Amino acid sequence: MPSLGADMESGTVVKWLVQPGDEVHRGDIVAEVETEKSNIEVEIFENGVIGELLVPEGERVPVGTPLARVLAAARPVAGHPREPSAAIAAPAVVPTGPAPLTPAVSEPVRPSVETRSRESARAHRAPDKARRRSAVVPPTPERVLSPVLRNLAGRLGVDLGGLRGSGPGDVITREDIERAARPSIRATGRTRSSPFARRQAAELGIDLGTVRGTGPCGAVVEEDVRRAARKGAAGPAPPSPTAAVSAVDRQAALRRSIGNLMARSKREIPHYYLSTTIDLSSATQWLAHVNLERPLESRLVLSVLLLKATALAAKQVPEMNGFYSDDIFRPSDAVHVGVAISLRSGGVIAPAVHDVDRLGLDELMRKLKDLVGRTRRGTLRSSEMSDPTITVSNLGDLGVEAVYGVIYPPQVALVGFGRVVESPYAKDGLLGVRPVVTATLSADHRVSDGHRGGRFLTEIGRLLREPEKL
Amino acid sequence: MTDIVALDVIRRTIHEIAPEADLDEVGPDDTLRESLDLDSIDFLNFVVGLHEKTGMDIPERDYSHLFTLAGCVSYLSSAAQA
Repeated sequence: MPSLGADMESGTVVKWLVQPGDEVHRGDIVAEVETEKSNIEVEIFENGVIGELLVPEGERVPVGTPLARVLAAARPVAGHPREPSAAIAAPAVVPTGPAPLTPAVSEPVRPSVETRSRESARAHRAPDKARRRSAVVPPTPERVLSPVLRNLAGRLGVDLGGLRGSGPGDVITREDIERAARPSIRATGRTRSSPFARRQAAELGIDLGTVRGTGPCGAVVEEDVRRAARKGAAGPAPPSPTAAVSAVDRQAALRRSIGNLMARSKREIPHYYLSTTIDLSSATQWLAHVNLERPLESRLVLSVLLLKATALAAKQVPEMNGFYSDDIFRPSDAVHVGVAISLRSGGVIAPAVHDVDRLGLDELMRKLKDLVGRTRRGTLRSSEMSDPTITVSNLGDLGVEAVYGVIYPPQVALVGFGRVVESPYAKDGLLGVRPVVTATLSADHRVSDGHRGGRFLTEIGRLLREPEKL
Repeated sequence: MTDIVALDVIRRTIHEIAPEADLDEVGPDDTLRESLDLDSIDFLNFVVGLHEKTGMDIPERDYSHLFTLAGCVSYLSSAAQA
């Protein structure tokens, strides 16, 4: 079960779109998962053949639970001729034809093959990351690893190649990565925890060793203890076989999860706020001009310019774009902009448009339209939910002039745009009426300060004054 | 196009972009975007939907005629006659 946003704890498999034996390719949608926010289409991140579906439809499972086993593709991938181990081992794992899939399902693949391919993978471990992955991944039965977990491993400095998975079929779980990242804890058998969490655990009769910590360096904090207590109170009941969460329950759950995430943000992130007024006369004139010549379907909206300008500015001020976790900020090369979209039934969701800095305006418009449409229909994709590097909230549509947002952890900045208003605006000693927008920045003081934040906002304004260059 | 046909086109279009929206609760002079919580993209999709169903070209400067339900109905029926 992929983590589709930092506030997600579990999800329900609503529907499998593949069956054992189906060949899948990176990016294919294999399942539909229901979360509190939306139904989300889960994409697969490797090529291969579906071996076994591990979670039946209708079952609710925690984030990190393997959903399916994926076997290496029957044919070696043409792009990897430089990896003899992969080319040889792959046919050995899955001989031709669909029939041998059945034993692979009940028996996590002949150990000899697996061992050999692992060893050859180790022997071939090259400094080049891509080559290493191609050596490790294809020959073994797929060790279902979502990009979220890979990302986590990267952040914690865990070498996945040397990690043993504890999940079914040796799949690497979130726990495996976290365990590998905290050797000191494992060695001493001691659980890191805050004093308050210890006191509370004692009061509630909870063994801290059994609680998964979400605090700094995996320390158990108060909230973890409370969560464990709630789970305990509810009993370790098996997950409900029906996915039928009532709309009211879903609403309440969504409100709670947004609340939890925002509380965490406010607790952990020292926000600072900046705001500036941006003259949009060039942008709106340019937009009206290009739209005049365009058929309806390809007209642009102002939001597209705002998103693009934000992404380009983020590229120039990298302290605004990336993830902060475990006391370290990791800037992101790619700019995936989370677009806050309010759900009419209540709540807000901020799925990502990928690589906004590199998209042309038309392409961006198409993606934005598609994203809004799918958000409304409740069919978002897993990659969109898990990896925004910065968020834009455009509440202008609702009529307010400025929005001071709360940062979505583990991101470090949120840009807010209010409503475009006609306003008296002085320039070159002359007073005129111009369309202006108030742009705000909420940013993380652990990563940047007002100086850099100011530079970022100013850059957005500068870019919007030259819309034709966006 | 009669008003009834126009209303049906609008209803179907709204349903496509906002399935959970209830057009019956929208008064003729209420602003569609506010009543139905449509953002700028939703509104564009709404206009595109009207265009697809009627074949009418709707220039951007006419958008302001489409802000209310009554405005939409009269725009669609009068433009179709023109």
